[in-house]
Amino acid sequence: MLLAISASVIVVLVLLWEVAWPVASEKIACWRARRARIEVEGYDPGRERRAEQRARTLLRSCVNDEEWAMYNDLGFIRVWGGLTDGPMSDRDTRGAAYAYLIYPHKPIVAYMPQTRRLLSEYCVTFPDETRPYGSSRLPDSDDVLAKWMALTGDERRIIASANMHLPGRQVDPKQVKRDLWRLGQWEQARLRDPRRGAGSVHAP
Amino acid sequence: MKPGHGEVLIAEGDVEVAEEHDALVDAFRRQLEAGMWAAVPRADAGGRRQAQMVSSFDDVPRDADRVIFFPRAAGGC
Repeated sequence: MLLAISASVIVVLVLLWEVAWPVASEKIACWRARRARIEVEGYDPGRERRAEQRARTLLRSCVNDEEWAMYNDLGFIRVWGGLTDGPMSDRDTRGAAYAYLIYPHKPIVAYMPQTRRLLSEYCVTFPDETRPYGSSRLPDSDDVLAKWMALTGDERRIIASANMHLPGRQVDPKQVKRDLWRLGQWEQARLRDPRRGAGSVHAP
Repeated sequence: MKPGHGEVLIAEGDVEVAEEHDALVDAFRRQLEAGMWAAVPRADAGGRRQAQMVSSFDDVPRDADRVIFFPRAAGGC
């Protein structure tokens, strides 16, 4: 009897080991990978900070006062859309005012300001394949400026270059709704204080 | 615009001076051949700021004080 129980226990332990070991070994490997120090070749935090400072100066010199204040205070810029048939060329948006939110290194989000309905996300990057300084990623403010220039300069081309997705694929719709609410509050505050609103340009 | 660096001055000169004009045209062409897009930041009469995309040196407005080159857009995510 004791022998049978012992044999059963051994069999159960072996089976458990067989099932648990792959999972456990994967967890251990993940834990080791998380703790491992990864040397990023050519990455210099000081240089990246200086690059971002230069990029902010360049962005400041290109956008208007309202857009600059918006970026400073809220972390994104709104650009009004200019295509008469809307960004998606569908019947729902034809002729209606629409705008884009430009976030650094996130998709461009198209929405309808009157209803705050999110229309789509446009995933676009500006990769520099020459990687002159070890990274192919533009500083945050340069990424925003590149999107701003592309949208205001040739909206149709940038929209055609981007991968279009439904809202919520990359950017959390709740966050965008929150940002739109913050933008509304921010604009009201600027309207109440004329000094802060100097230099602003309203929707076409 | 350069990754890891931000703004880099590529060339400067006066388009009215023949030698400098040629140097600017060469620099412009090199950037476009390297796959960059070119834009000129502008302000209209109403104060609205926008960019004008240019694909040849002749498209650059004569009164433009700078042309910004940035990597060509590609679909991402």
